[in-house]
Amino acid sequence: MTEKMNKPSRPQASRRAFLGGAAALGAGLAVRPALAAGDPLITEVQDWNRYLGDGVDARPYGVPSRFEADVVRRDVPWLTADSKSSVNFTPLHRLDGIITPNGLCFERHHGGIAEIAPADHRLMVHGLVERSLVFTLDDLKRFPRENRVYFLECAANSGMEWRGAQLNGCQFTHGMVHCVMYTGVRLRTLLEEAGLKTSGTWLLAEGADASAMTRSIPLDKALDDCLVAWGMNGEALRPEQGYPVRLVVPGWEGNMWVKWLRRLEVGDAPWEHREETSKYTDLLANGKARKFTWQMEVKSVITSPSPQAPIAHGRGRTVVSGLAWSGNGTIRRVDVSLDGGRNWHTARIDGPSLPKALHRFYHEFDWDGSELFLQSRAMDEKGFVQPTKDDLRAARGTNSIYHNNGIQTWYLKPDGALENVEVS
Amino acid sequence: MSKFPKASLLAACLLAMSAGSVHAEAASPSGPLKLGRIATEAEIAAWDHDIRPDGKGLPEGRGTVADGEVLFTDNCAACHGDFGEGVGRWPVLAGGEGTLDRERPEKTIGSYWPYLSTVYDYVNRAMPFGNARSLGPDDVYALTAYLLYLNDIVTDEDFELSRENFTDIRMPNVDNFVPDDREREKHYVADTEPCMKDCKPGPVAITMRARVLDVTPEGGNEEGPAAGNVD
Repeated sequence: MTEKMNKPSRPQASRRAFLGGAAALGAGLAVRPALAAGDPLITEVQDWNRYLGDGVDARPYGVPSRFEADVVRRDVPWLTADSKSSVNFTPLHRLDGIITPNGLCFERHHGGIAEIAPADHRLMVHGLVERSLVFTLDDLKRFPRENRVYFLECAANSGMEWRGAQLNGCQFTHGMVHCVMYTGVRLRTLLEEAGLKTSGTWLLAEGADASAMTRSIPLDKALDDCLVAWGMNGEALRPEQGYPVRLVVPGWEGNMWVKWLRRLEVGDAPWEHREETSKYTDLLANGKARKFTWQMEVKSVITSPSPQAPIAHGRGRTVVSGLAWSGNGTIRRVDVSLDGGRNWHTARIDGPSLPKALHRFYHEFDWDGSELFLQSRAMDEKGFVQPTKDDLRAARGTNSIYHNNGIQTWYLKPDGALENVEVS
Repeated sequence: MSKFPKASLLAACLLAMSAGSVHAEAASPSGPLKLGRIATEAEIAAWDHDIRPDGKGLPEGRGTVADGEVLFTDNCAACHGDFGEGVGRWPVLAGGEGTLDRERPEKTIGSYWPYLSTVYDYVNRAMPFGNARSLGPDDVYALTAYLLYLNDIVTDEDFELSRENFTDIRMPNVDNFVPDDREREKHYVADTEPCMKDCKPGPVAITMRARVLDVTPEGGNEEGPAAGNVD
């Protein structure tokens, strides 16, 4: 299966990657004999070195190289009844750094992708305010702007793994997360424009799509760090991410980041709507359920090597790359284990360390070709340490669906392939 | 801004007129940055249809279980089944009482949902799937009454639900929701430096393998188990 998953969809594009990948392992490790005459890729003139390529008019909006055709969002059809209320997954195993490319940010819709012309979009603010207001997108762009990098993680990320190892690849086990730079206006600024009444304590946010997604947000959070955003990574939001306007609720579960945001109502009690009663409540073993579990806990995953990204280079110098994040703020430390949690090595965090954003970590080591059990364990700035899955199950049982931030184990086999496993 | 109050007011009027707007009568905004415009009563009424557990937001209207059954058969049963049992992977709406602490809980309106207001609100805003906002207030009251009937919360086919008696209905599971207390879980409360060396005895044993299930896409078998439903 690993080989299948690594095979790009275009055979022509895949040949070299494939030969360099898992398939080559069967023929023995590190097969790169130096030809007496030298590597023909060097000694012979290649097409791209002779003939002209595309001109500047060929790609007005550029797309990735055709050799990257397998770096795509994927979905799991059996997870949901219908693709319009479903989810797909960011290909974390092929990404690096902390910013997710816009076209690869996982999608989660409840009524499909609303297609809204920006001139037709309206945002209403009403309820316990001095002035009920209507804003156009142009109005919003006249407010003071902010640019902030945040992760967005679905509350159900890793939810299929509560009962045990189920899906083979970090794209599927951890890919309901992305991290981009948002451009927008503070939600606080919009609420102040409408004039908050002192009786207001809660905010209802509603989307314009066919699911009319609603969530209740405590006003303290709304006034703290939430944004009403129209930009991601420097350009307009993608339609599947709420174009033209979405809510940004840093550190909190993705469901609250209402897309196609059309209405904000200030009230004095939570609305207890479907997405905060039937859904996004966490059933415990005793039959009780937690509600309003907004915050995303400290979490990490090794993205490479992983089941979709096997080791192809054989033994020797090996780079472990991964992501860590916490709704509490920045990541203070990430530890990596190669032996299923017996011993840990503190990894190297590289790149920006921004609050409530993805952090990239690396751990380099010499692989001797023996089987390993790779784990990562994050600690955030508040001192919260990522628990094991068994810790979580002991506290919650296996029916919570949401908020699984347990430590992930990848079983690395001598041939370089990896599997999603749980270990003692 | 305040230097030329009349001029700016005139400009605002001219702008409103030049837009040929139906909102020409709307007052000019008076917030700190004077952005946006005042929402009209009709606009707020058109979008403000959310319902709260205390009944705030409920419209005038009424509907009986019997009316609801007809509406349910015509609009809902194709996905949710004649008795709310769910067709295929579509959501189950009725049954499951007493299963929440079991190995495989069945979370339905009757067994899980804390408030009836959520039923009204959600059906009204988002159902039927693919044809939302097509039901009138009486229809939604009738469907809500029928869902109570399917869940044995009312037993009389002549029961009529209305704005007047709506908040009298108490849902069976209302008391079983607790606030977020994750921070008090043992693994967080410990608050110690995590172990770095010789943390566990004995060799590593694999207790579970995803490969055994083989339900990952492109892995060949896409008919997975019912576990881990995220919808």
